[in-house]
Amino acid sequence: MTGTEFGPLRVGETIPDSSFLSVLTHRGLQPRWEAGSSTRPEVPEATTVLALTWSDGVVMAGDRRATAGNVIAHRRVRKVYAADDHSAVAISGTAGMAVELIKLFQTELEHYEKIEGTRLSLDGKANYLARMVRGNLTLAFQGLVVIPLFCGYDDAMGRGRLFTFDVVGGQYDEIHYATTGSGGQEARSFLKSAWREDLDRQTAIEMAIEALVAAAEEDAATGGPDVRRRIYPNILTVTTDGVAELDDDALAPLVDTVLGRRP
Amino acid sequence: MTMPFYVPPEQLVKDRADFARKGISRGRPIAVLQIDDGVLMIGENSSPSLRKIGEIYDRIAFAGVGRFNEFETLRVAGVRYADLKGFSYARSDVTGRGLANAYSQTLGQIFSHEVKPYEVDIIVAEVGATREDDSLFRIGFDGTLRTAEGVAVLGAEEDEITEELLGARTDGMGLDNAIIAACSAIRSASDHDIGDAEWEAGFLERGADRRSFRRVSRDEINAARNG
Repeated sequence: MTGTEFGPLRVGETIPDSSFLSVLTHRGLQPRWEAGSSTRPEVPEATTVLALTWSDGVVMAGDRRATAGNVIAHRRVRKVYAADDHSAVAISGTAGMAVELIKLFQTELEHYEKIEGTRLSLDGKANYLARMVRGNLTLAFQGLVVIPLFCGYDDAMGRGRLFTFDVVGGQYDEIHYATTGSGGQEARSFLKSAWREDLDRQTAIEMAIEALVAAAEEDAATGGPDVRRRIYPNILTVTTDGVAELDDDALAPLVDTVLGRRP
Repeated sequence: MTMPFYVPPEQLVKDRADFARKGISRGRPIAVLQIDDGVLMIGENSSPSLRKIGEIYDRIAFAGVGRFNEFETLRVAGVRYADLKGFSYARSDVTGRGLANAYSQTLGQIFSHEVKPYEVDIIVAEVGATREDDSLFRIGFDGTLRTAEGVAVLGAEEDEITEELLGARTDGMGLDNAIIAACSAIRSASDHDIGDAEWEAGFLERGADRRSFRRVSRDEINAARNG
């Protein structure tokens, strides 16, 4: 028995936890992609995203390009999102699935908070995200991969934290910086030589932009800043005050500075 | 073969309504006040963890009096309804009116079909862009759906508190003054002392970006009252 349906509301529905995904699953409404054959469909892929810590928080950045094979599918894709007021999530991989995954993750965090009356811990959120990635494993074997990057400010620890994931739902606590996506390797090399202790906010943001520029120079699937069309990377910061996004007006001078000093 | 006694439907409904009313009239009151800055919900609650006021969605909040487990069940069902609707369509498609209607139908069916009716009285409040866009919906134990203007009160001494609050409410009243007015109206109608730590409040803030609901802490309530 699944609770009683009275009118449009289901009263006393037996959902095992406070999860929104469980509500969807219970009603048979969970997002599903069933790839029957083994041939992989040609769908847009979103690539390079990264995050790095500075003394008071984390900055998370993503380029704006999505590709389908050798075609640029979209120029203004958003890959970096606020998960809730205190954490942010970025995605690489199959764009359509990734966007749905993020929407579900955002709803999930809000739903938990409303049902339980308290917010999930940062570790709790990261674990949940790992579970969602794991749920997608069958498709990952067919090439439809979604890999997120997650960050937040841990008030208990008094510092920003980063989490990376792999296709099987492995979850890794990173300390200084993390990248994922096709240009991730290049961005990581850049951050490895550039990152240092006691960065300030401004330097950290510029470093994030420069790492994306470095990735775009070597990886065709990563889009660098397009000054003429005013297409700038998406940049979010997470501090003890919460998540903040930089708008284009704030980004334009920073992008100019970074491009001006590139060799 | 035994024949059940014939009970006229009028009697059946009256008995059920009397039963529910008796439970609700013992409930500690909650007052809802529309002010320029938003919608305040405030009531007596001696428990720091069991809440009677809660967030449903971006602009929508819930308050209930009566049996805790019953209105908590309704609140959770409401959050699921709203989150599912917002997830399937868009956030702006979740409205207070839709939710109030859903509660009304649900309570109506429970009243006539279940072994016992729910002993609850609830309010769904929605904050709009301006005061004219606000809505207050009251849903009774039998599914009766009514709208309220400016002030709505649930629980014991409902009429007395409503009357006093309608008199105390002024244009341009701030949140602090609304808290003072509501606390004093509830206190003067009460037959017992209400301690400083026995208040619970929530506020739907007008003009907030997305989620407008926030809890008003006990410290904030006392600061307003002693301020």
